[in-house]
Amino acid sequence: MKPTFRILAALLSACLATAPTRAADTVDFQRDIRPILSDFCFKCHGPDEKARKGKLRLDLREMALKGGRSGAAVVPGKPEASELIHRLTSSDETEVMPPPRTGKKLSPRQVQLVRQWIAGGANYQMHWAYVPPRRTPLPRVTDVAWARNPIDLFILARLQREGLRPAPRASKETLLRRLALDLVGLPPAPADVDAFLADGLVDGYARQVSRLLASPHHGERWGRHWLDAARYADSDGYEKDKPRTVWMYRDWVVKALNQDLPYDRFIIEQLAGDLLPGATQDQRVATGFLRNSMINEEGGIDPEQFRMEAMFDRMDALGKGVLGLGIACAQCHNHKFDPLTQEDYYRLFAYLNDTHEASIPVYTAPELKKRADVFRQIRAIEDDLKRRTPGWEMQMAEWEEQTRSNELPWQVVKVQNAGDNSQRYVYHEDGSQTAWGYAPTKWTSQFRGPTDAKKITGFRLEMLTDPNLPLGGPGRSPVGLFALSEFRVEWAHPKKPNERKRVKLVSATADFGNERAPLEKMYDDRSKKVRVTGPVSYAIDNDPLTAWGIDAGPGHRNVDRKAVFVPDKPLELPDGAILTFSLAQMHGGWNSDDNQNNNLGRFRFSVTAAARPVADPLPRRVRLLLAVPAERRSPAQQQAVFSYWRTTVPAWKKDNARIEALWKQHPAGSSQLTLMARDRSRPTFLLDRGDFLKPTRQVEPGVPAVLHPMPAGAGKDRLALARWLVDRNSPTTARAIVNRVWQAYFGTGLVATSEDLGVQSTPPTHPELLDWLAVEFMESGWSLKNLHRLIVGSATYQQSSRVTAEAMSKDPDNRLLSRGPRFRVEGEVVRDIALCTAGLLEHRLGGPPAHPPAPAFLFVPPASYGPKTWAEDHDASRYRRALYTFRFRSVPYPVLTNFDTPNGDASCVRRVRSNTPLQALTTLNETLFLEAARALARRTLADGGTTDRDRLVHAFRLCTSRKPTPREQEVLAAFLSRQVERFSAAGARPWDLAATDPSRPPKLPEGVTPAQAAAWTAVARLLLNLDETITKE
Amino acid sequence: MLPVHDPKLIARRWFLGQCGVSLGAIGLIHLLGQPATAADPLAPRKPHFAPKAKNVIFLFMAGGPSHLELFDNKPGLAKWDGKLPPPDLLKGYRAAFIDPRSRLLGPKFKFARHGKSGAELSELLPHTATVADELCIVKSMVTDAFNHAPAQIFMNTGAQQFGRPSLGAWTIYGLGSESKDLPGFVVFSTGSKGPSGGNSNWGSGFLPTVYQGVQFRTGSDPVLYLSNPRGVDHTLQRDTLDGLRELNQMRLHQVGDPEIATRINSFEMAFRMQTSAPDLMDISKEPDRILRMYGAEPGKSSFANTCLLARRLVERGVRFVQVFHEAWDQHGGLVGDLKKNCRHTDQACAALIKDLKQRGMLDDTLVIWGGEFGRTPMVQGGSDGRDHHPNCFTMWLAGGGVKRGVTVGESDEFGFNVTQDKVHVHDLHATILHLLGFDHTRLTFRVQGRDFRLTDVHGRLVDKLLG
Repeated sequence: MKPTFRILAALLSACLATAPTRAADTVDFQRDIRPILSDFCFKCHGPDEKARKGKLRLDLREMALKGGRSGAAVVPGKPEASELIHRLTSSDETEVMPPPRTGKKLSPRQVQLVRQWIAGGANYQMHWAYVPPRRTPLPRVTDVAWARNPIDLFILARLQREGLRPAPRASKETLLRRLALDLVGLPPAPADVDAFLADGLVDGYARQVSRLLASPHHGERWGRHWLDAARYADSDGYEKDKPRTVWMYRDWVVKALNQDLPYDRFIIEQLAGDLLPGATQDQRVATGFLRNSMINEEGGIDPEQFRMEAMFDRMDALGKGVLGLGIACAQCHNHKFDPLTQEDYYRLFAYLNDTHEASIPVYTAPELKKRADVFRQIRAIEDDLKRRTPGWEMQMAEWEEQTRSNELPWQVVKVQNAGDNSQRYVYHEDGSQTAWGYAPTKWTSQFRGPTDAKKITGFRLEMLTDPNLPLGGPGRSPVGLFALSEFRVEWAHPKKPNERKRVKLVSATADFGNERAPLEKMYDDRSKKVRVTGPVSYAIDNDPLTAWGIDAGPGHRNVDRKAVFVPDKPLELPDGAILTFSLAQMHGGWNSDDNQNNNLGRFRFSVTAAARPVADPLPRRVRLLLAVPAERRSPAQQQAVFSYWRTTVPAWKKDNARIEALWKQHPAGSSQLTLMARDRSRPTFLLDRGDFLKPTRQVEPGVPAVLHPMPAGAGKDRLALARWLVDRNSPTTARAIVNRVWQAYFGTGLVATSEDLGVQSTPPTHPELLDWLAVEFMESGWSLKNLHRLIVGSATYQQSSRVTAEAMSKDPDNRLLSRGPRFRVEGEVVRDIALCTAGLLEHRLGGPPAHPPAPAFLFVPPASYGPKTWAEDHDASRYRRALYTFRFRSVPYPVLTNFDTPNGDASCVRRVRSNTPLQALTTLNETLFLEAARALARRTLADGGTTDRDRLVHAFRLCTSRKPTPREQEVLAAFLSRQVERFSAAGARPWDLAATDPSRPPKLPEGVTPAQAAAWTAVARLLLNLDETITKE
Repeated sequence: MLPVHDPKLIARRWFLGQCGVSLGAIGLIHLLGQPATAADPLAPRKPHFAPKAKNVIFLFMAGGPSHLELFDNKPGLAKWDGKLPPPDLLKGYRAAFIDPRSRLLGPKFKFARHGKSGAELSELLPHTATVADELCIVKSMVTDAFNHAPAQIFMNTGAQQFGRPSLGAWTIYGLGSESKDLPGFVVFSTGSKGPSGGNSNWGSGFLPTVYQGVQFRTGSDPVLYLSNPRGVDHTLQRDTLDGLRELNQMRLHQVGDPEIATRINSFEMAFRMQTSAPDLMDISKEPDRILRMYGAEPGKSSFANTCLLARRLVERGVRFVQVFHEAWDQHGGLVGDLKKNCRHTDQACAALIKDLKQRGMLDDTLVIWGGEFGRTPMVQGGSDGRDHHPNCFTMWLAGGGVKRGVTVGESDEFGFNVTQDKVHVHDLHATILHLLGFDHTRLTFRVQGRDFRLTDVHGRLVDKLLG
């Protein structure tokens, strides 16, 4: 035996000894047997009927006893009579299980366990995660003095069982830094450390906890964890990966956590906030959770296919993020390990399938205030008009009477896309169609359909709103507008469909067209030609540079509009004549890989034979209201009719103008992707192998049988599902989130596989603690802050993280918590620490994403597919927290990617933590880290005292919260003096390092030389790269 | 079973089982149950059985190259030019852009047989023709997706959904990296734009992020943040790293966390990479004949330069190099664009094979050429374009234990459906993993309670491709 091998063998056996030891004789099904059966047997002998071999099912006791084709698999009390043992131990290749080709084999120890279990009666238990958590009595321990709260009793009991002792408490500096990094994700300021050092330990600690929990940065820190699960990103993903404006959702998460919105409400609002009675804007925004799915607008796609992909993604996020169960397996087949059927999957799916892919306008708090203000003033003028005009009701009724009868008869022409197949359409029963999928930016679409009309005097193009369009449409531009460059009609005899005759259009009217206005910059097509939008006549002027536009300004631009086009002479048509409509849309921008389209969204064609047709001046909404008798209208409806009618009253011209002026003050707002219930339900089918082209039978909404039941009388909508998810009886919801919070503090959850607590999960290290925490969490009103207080208040959390030889051998991964957590902070925090330490961090909360420096080449081909816009911030925004960095899915921000930040392709509840050379290169050389080094140097020179020693201590404390040891000081002092020497040498160019722009060097404190500034920049850079600086100690 | 599910266990097992010695500064005691990242997850590992290929160079021709103009000679299709395809052919067929009932379009280029193997290649590939006897041409590829992003993601990760590990990531996960100062998986993009699937094409999915591809670009700063910032020279950088190491070591002694030792090593490797990567990228020292062979020109960005770099990377122990050349989406401009694309790529592809061979590297380097799908025999637009086509397309492989000088698979007279030796993307993956020494059903990673693999529940070893 080679010597190295002997050492290794010894190490190996030591390793084995550290595996969680079990009580000697008792075999626990939950802990010992189910994992074995699940790992080795269930794939072919588990819940999935289709995959079942030999008619044997081993996940249910009854079935195992009954056995399969080879007889009783399990004979309780008689291992040697059990086929299972025979098969596990057989030396016959055709008999032995698992089959040799799987490459899987039970260890002798595992076989022994199964034997013991059968001998003991082969008792089954439901997998722990499907049994609702219960509080067990607190464990009895001998050294109660150490414990600060119940958590510690569970931890200590286990440590004592393993013959371990907890570590001593961490130093105050370490504790406060750990606490600050955990609760707000930023290191403490030296002043906070000083205050804590001067304060009593116990009270002082509690004060710090309260201070940090109350900080608005707490929500930023913990919001990031949730946003991983919510796969939040600021772009669509796939090839186009267009930017999307959904940061209101991100801010909602931060705000909810800051306000300690109870977790059950937190989930209900995200799943079904829109369905809550009197839903607020915030509650609608919350439903952005499910809408964070990627959207594919690549040319040539079937959009329905990718709507289904998005649905699968939502199910995955629901499973991982809320239920803590890997349900995605059941998309294609019954789950192989967990008792979840494919039917269960599609019944859950059915709850979510009934929504529009909506985009709504949303407003910040000041904007909401402004908006309310505008509406109040408009209302005041309208009320004043009514007050001033006795008998206005009569006048309006008269007007209604006249108006009701003046509507022209129109006949809808149902059409199909007859142009290229790049943009796709949803065809509605009312004869309209909504564009979706790829959006070309400069093009002409064509539609064709037959008409019964024998005579046509006018063509109507209705532009209709649709929740699935940006801000509700009626166009596809980012604000729901469109520009119609040209409108053309041709007709053909049904027998000679290819001989199309162009109809000469001579006049056009519309219920609205905006004033002539140059096209916005975002639609720049790089042709340098001036393109404009304006009245509807622009759509028949044969000038592709002019277009009909309907921008009435924010607040009332997203409404139905119509235009009527009249031919030079009435058209006499044969039976079944075929009409072809061409819509030139030449007012988009140069880059179809960005949000530059100005296309029509939802629209409908119709024809009339009425004499001299014009566009109905009444908005469609008002026209529809007129059909409702006045006494049956709601006050709001009645007011809507009034608001239109007043514009027709000549005497009120001035007041109308004042109201129009008020509309101009309406805030622009932003957009948010949300859920919105459809009026008509969309049936859900079980899909064969998850293929959307292979629907089988229709399924109704319902919940998996293995989980808690849906309360009697609950509805069948998303709201019912949302409430069910956070039902007190849910076995997994509370455990899942409590486990993830634990994971964030200690690096690993009590169940390591935090994305899946199902049968295949790793067994919990402290099952009773997990349950205790879950129950405590629910009973404390689902308060996350309460949970944080509990965890950081524990002695377990406050232990020193120093690794002793004993701890290393008995608790190598710290799963037993024999010491405090110590690990490198997350990518966002790595960057935030550098900025904060340097004094650069911009603390502003919320708002549109930031664009910190990034290598420009990443955003243009051939690095990216399409050219992307990354307008680097040159103001304080570049120093915002990494939470706010714009997240392109296809080009993730490299600094964060290098530190394991997920890009939002899919829900992620457990990040990996790597330690790589690319990380070293990032913190050494990246632009912002270097700016941080310069700023830290200047900060140190300005505020750190006057001696090198004081300054070194100051800078070191900024980075690590503690004072350097004498030896550390020696190393740093020597490094500093070498650098001063280097940068003082003749020909040295200190500003190259010390200034972001050497031609405009910053002002230095009195008596500080550029060489010193450069030397200190080198010192600061070194300090920012210390392992300790980016580690939670 | 190797690798096991838990990366931490992998690393530990490797240290204990294979690495044994040379543990550097960490000291043996720290290895005992050290945390996940402390052991080197990139350390070389042995696969399930003796591999044929140790390295892979995947020339990813993104966009969907037309097999009908390049590899799959269809004289019969010429006769159908301008006619509608037989209705039977189109049953259940979905096309991306065109109405499938579009006229057929005859092949646009001439074909001839080359080499002893008599491989049929189009006149667009005169250089590839000179290495015909090294190639294993697979004319019977099929895929599940017919849109770019999903199909590229499928070809690279075995799934159309985003979020799965890429072939390169699986390879490094399985084999580790031989290079101490370069990443194990390097990615280039040389086309007119980046691939449709974006970074997810070389992502690590649910595998640890150390396995994801690292994007290189040609030039002196190939890796992001590689160069010292202005004002920091080599001496200062070294001095800084010495200071860092000293302080980090003190901390290691104070708190005993082996993760600190890994951090120290990461910084040292970063420092080495700062020298080795620019050196690697500097092709100006290559002999003229080599530059001429590839058509490479120092100082420029080109597919040719990148192929030469791919060889240099593999020479330095980089396991997996993937070159994305997004240029092959010929909905229109079929003739002109194919000529241009082949002018840009044909010579370098052939040179890469020859160069690897003359250095004795071809035997254990697997070269793969191909895109995410093929193109329709039906026309798109007037008479100079083809739509996406998943049912049949061509790829070629060379070296790394692949059979030399064969053409595998056949398609029908339209090049529409595969008629013989169908090779699905999953089958290709299974075969590539086999060449790398893995049973594709056993290279797994457990997440969400399930053992995931590159081939999902599919994949079949294609014996005909093996040498």
